[in-house]
Parts: sequence; C-alpha cells; structure tokens
Amino acid sequence: MAHVSLRKIVKRFDDTEAVRGIDLEIADKEFVVLVGPSGCGKSTTLRMIAGLEEITSGDIAVDGEVVNDVPPKDRDMAMVFQNYALYPHMTVYENMSFGLRLKRYPKTEIARRVQEAARILDITELLQRKPRQLSGGQRQRVAMGRAIVRNPKVFLFDEPLSNLDAKLRVQMRTEIKRVHQKVRTTTVYVTHDQVEAMTLADRVVVMNRGLIEQIGAPNDLYHDPATRFVAGFIGSPAMNFLQCSVEEADGELRVRLSEDIALPVPAARHARYKAHLGRSGLTFGLRPEHLTEAKPNGDRQPAYIDAMLEVTEPLGMETLVFFRIRGIDVCGRVSPEAGAREGARMRLAARMDNMHLIDDATGRVL
Amino acid sequence: MTVASLHHSLAPPRRRKYGSMSAERRWALHWSYFFLVVFAIFFLTPPVYMLITSFKSSAEISAATNPWWVSHPTLGNYRELLTSAQFLTFFRNSAMVSLIVVAITMLISIPAAFALSRMRFWGSATLATGVFLTYLIPETLLFIPLFKMFALLNEYAGIELINHWWVLLLLYPTLTVPFCTWIMIGYFASIPKELDEAALMDGANYRQVLTRVFIPVALPGLIAATIFAFTVSWAQFLYPLAFTTSADQLVLPVGIITSLIKGDVFNWGQIMTGALLGAAPPLVIYAFLMDYYIAGLTAGATKG
Repeated sequence: MAHVSLRKIVKRFDDTEAVRGIDLEIADKEFVVLVGPSGCGKSTTLRMIAGLEEITSGDIAVDGEVVNDVPPKDRDMAMVFQNYALYPHMTVYENMSFGLRLKRYPKTEIARRVQEAARILDITELLQRKPRQLSGGQRQRVAMGRAIVRNPKVFLFDEPLSNLDAKLRVQMRTEIKRVHQKVRTTTVYVTHDQVEAMTLADRVVVMNRGLIEQIGAPNDLYHDPATRFVAGFIGSPAMNFLQCSVEEADGELRVRLSEDIALPVPAARHARYKAHLGRSGLTFGLRPEHLTEAKPNGDRQPAYIDAMLEVTEPLGMETLVFFRIRGIDVCGRVSPEAGAREGARMRLAARMDNMHLIDDATGRVL
Repeated sequence: MTVASLHHSLAPPRRRKYGSMSAERRWALHWSYFFLVVFAIFFLTPPVYMLITSFKSSAEISAATNPWWVSHPTLGNYRELLTSAQFLTFFRNSAMVSLIVVAITMLISIPAAFALSRMRFWGSATLATGVFLTYLIPETLLFIPLFKMFALLNEYAGIELINHWWVLLLLYPTLTVPFCTWIMIGYFASIPKELDEAALMDGANYRQVLTRVFIPVALPGLIAATIFAFTVSWAQFLYPLAFTTSADQLVLPVGIITSLIKGDVFNWGQIMTGALLGAAPPLVIYAFLMDYYIAGLTAGATKG
C-alpha cells in the first residue's frame, strides 16, 4: 500500500550529473520498470528511492510524505540486488527472517511468514541450506523471499536477472510476474533488457542520459514511441532508420528513401506530415516486422522495395533478411516459406501504417 | 628446464606430452622437498636443542659431553620452575597483559576498520594509510620518547606509570591496533557492498550491520588478527624491559632473563625450560587456529 512520487530528482556525483531532473508518479500496486542503456541513471534513481544514495535536489515522497532524509531502514522498502546479496553465514531461513528478527517480531509470526513466502516461491525444502549450496536461480528466489516476508510498502529490483543464464532468466521473469500477481505490492524494477521491461511492466519508463525519454504502457511504447531513442531501444531487432524527404506527387504524399525508392504515406497521415514537405533533416523509421515479403495482390496500398538480399538469418518461425539502401543496413522479417536467399532479389512490402517520421534536430517522432 | 627437455627427447613420441609434464612436475617436487627439508632443519634446530637442554642438569650442561644427547634425563628444571612462585607470577602477568591487550585491540580495530572501509567520510582514505604508516615506525625508536613522556607526566601530574605491569596495556596496543586495523580493513573491503546495503534495507543500523553481518562474515580475518595481537603481546620484549623492573611486575620474556641470569652465571637448563614453557601457549593457539589464520591472511587478498 504505497504510492511513490519523484519530483525533479537530480543526482550529481562530483562533476557528472547521473540523474538530471526526473518526475515520476508510481501508483499503489503498480509495477513500474525503469529501462535504458548502462549509465542512463536508472540504478541511481532506484538507489535514491531506497535511500542508499543521497538526493542532490528534488523530493521523493511515499504516500505523500517526503522521505529525502529518512534512512533506508525506516523507509519500509525491500530490495533485490543483482548479485542477490544473501548473507553467506546464515541459512535460507535466517536470511529470509533477518529483517523481521531485527524488528523483534514474535517467533511464531516470523515462522508463519517465512513458510508462506517459501511456499509462494517453492523453496520450502531449501530453508535449512546455506546460500553457497544453492544454484543461481534458487538464490534469486531466496532474495525475493527475503523481500516478500517483510511485506514492505515497496519492492525494489536492481537488475535481478542479469546474473542468470538465458533460459533461467525467462523462467524467473515469469516467476516475478506471478509473484507480483499474488503479492500486490508497488514495485520499481530496473533493467537494461527491453524484453524484460516489456513483459513485466504495467508502465515502462525509458531513460537515457539521466532523463526520462518516455513513460507508457509496453504496447504504447512499441506502437507510439515519442522519440527516436525509444523507437530504437524498444523492439528486437531494432527499428530501421533511413534518411528521407517527404514529397508530393499526384495528390499524395511520399517518403523518398533513395532515387528509386519512394513509399506512399497512408492518407490518414497526410495532414500530419504535410508541414514537412521538402524539408531536410528527416528520418524514416520502420520496424523489421513491418517489412515483409510482398504477397501478390495482397497489399492494399502497395509500398514495395525491391531488395538485393545480402544476408539471411533463418530463425525457424521467420527469417531475417538484410539488404542496403544507400549504404545503410536494413532488416526485414519474412516468412520462411518466402524463399529468401542470399544474393537473390526479393520484393518486400512496407506496412506504411506503422511507419514513423522523426525530426533529426529534436529526435522527436513527428 | 634442461632436465625436462632431456626427458622430453628421450620419451617415446606417443607419450611425449604426458612424459614431459610429469618429468617437469617431478623435478619441481624434488627441489621443493629439498628446500623444505633444509628450512625445516634450519628452523627446528634451536627448539630441539632447547628441548634437549631442558632435560639436563646444570652439571651435565657444563660437562664436556655430546651436547645433542642427554645421558641422565631429569625433570628437575621443570619441577623447579613450575613450583617457583616467581615464575608463575611472570606467567600470570604475561597472560593478563596478552589477553587484555587482545580484547582492547579488537574493541578498537574492528569498529575502526569498519568505519574506515565503509563509512566514507572526509579524509578516511588518508587516515587508513596513516594507520598503516604508524605500524612502520619501529618500537626501538619509540620507547625512549615514551619513557620521556611518562617521566614528564610523573613530574607534572604526579601519575606514576613506570614499573607497573598494567602500563603495558597502554603500550602494546600502539603495536597491535594499527596492524589489526589494517588486516580488518582489507578483509572488510572484500565483503561486497550489496551485503551491507541489503542489511540496511532489511532495517539494520550501522551497529547491527557490523555485529550481525560483518563480524560473522569476516570471522577468519578476525581470528587472524586476534592471533597476531596475542603473539605480539606475548613475545614483546623491549617495552617490558624498559618500563618494568620490579620482579612482581615482570612478564615472562623479561622475567626469564632477569631472574635466571645472575651476574655472569647463566642457568641454562632453567632458561631453556622457561623459554619452552613460554612458547607453548602461542604454539597451542596456532595449532588449533592455523587454518583460520592462513585463510584470514590470504582470503582478503584474493576475493577482490
């Protein structure tokens, strides 16, 4: 039961600004993911919420009460660390009950809570082990258990899955989501992995260079990125970006990518893009999944690119194809039945309803 | 290397790799054992000689017989020392001084090391280096100014600090605290930062982080520091020699020298027996805690 507000948060380390003014409202029971490349200030922001890092300026409030000067032990938050940070000399049971024992909870209450958390996380049979006898995934569970038993106002996760192998990471991702559905607690989760961010979050906060680029539900970020950074960061493989100009011909708008490639802009967007006719400094963005093999007579408004395929990467369910437009690598995703071959020509259809036009000067999506 | 390559060329080509590996290893092992034996003889000869001499009577020691053989073994030296009130006083003084110094040292060094390694405050890094530099000043340089200070204190404040066994409780920590603090700083620094942060998030204050997490996790280092402090206090010779003179205030190393050497008469049998008995407590402690001691000295360095 807690709602967290960040107001104009700034963090300065000596002469560098790690966080440069962040405003964020996190609702009660919400699962918010801070995502961005390393050095974007996401971990620092989390540590400021935890109280492990002092705030240079701004306010952090929990349930309307400013906690800037409240020490971590009195903030009633629990944190899961990247390297788990389990106490090596204690058993799993002692690790999980440490916080409660410090607060002098009655023994029976501690036992009840630990058993309950162990049951949720399926680690009941590990309670008497020491951390060094556990695998990476088990340690991760214990670290989560230690957070759950305290029943805190807020859960904080600092890249909790980065130390796990790929398979376990997917498994634990689901686990975290399942736990959050059972134990509805306000959660702030930091990761550099956009897939983790998309799958876990109610709302994703994309950060870059100490600032928030965009806040939104996963699907909104995917479909309506506000900036080129968000457009390129969310989605894998990443969105294609090509220099372009907008021109008018026969009463319709076109995006010109090269001398012989000009793609028609959907009618619904004419009004939006008309102001940029003939301008320079524009970038055209299209995700690989919106660049697929042309189906004969299947496309409503044909926007074709005849591509000379340089590399193909079959993934089983689909094939990634790479070709160049004016020296820039472009990626498309075609069905494995389309018969894409390296060195062959292939006609690809661009789904222009999903295109983005970006102003190079501001980096904003127009 | 030459021996190894010789083997190398002689070995049948099929087993070439295996043969050269084991030859080189065997060669290294031979030399290791050779030097181990040399060093063992070098370091064990004095104590063995002490042991042999301790079983001899004064007459046998001064007789021109084989010094490495006891013809008439006797426990007389042991009987005499262990029933001498004076020797037992020395022993008691030594034990009191060493145990209290160890306690004082730990009470100072552990919190100091924790503060210097974890609570970043202004000048903490300089202070940590300073602590170590203090240790580098030899006691032979310090005892004269210390003596002067005590004399001044006596003159102006009337506090008599000289010739009391408990004054050693003030002096020994100047040797043990810097080194123990330094060991503990290294050991605490190897504990991941997230561990204290996790404890802080779990609701611990700094004192609880120290007592509930740091001390148990750093226990091997702590034991190493304890052994060090005990050994230094137990074996310290110069300070008690300079600052204590009355027979009832002496500690073991000085007591043996002053009470068993009378003028130019050396009571070798009892001196050797006393030295052996004096060396026993550290030896026993080492034997029990050796594994911890080595782990404590090396773990801090490799854990990173």
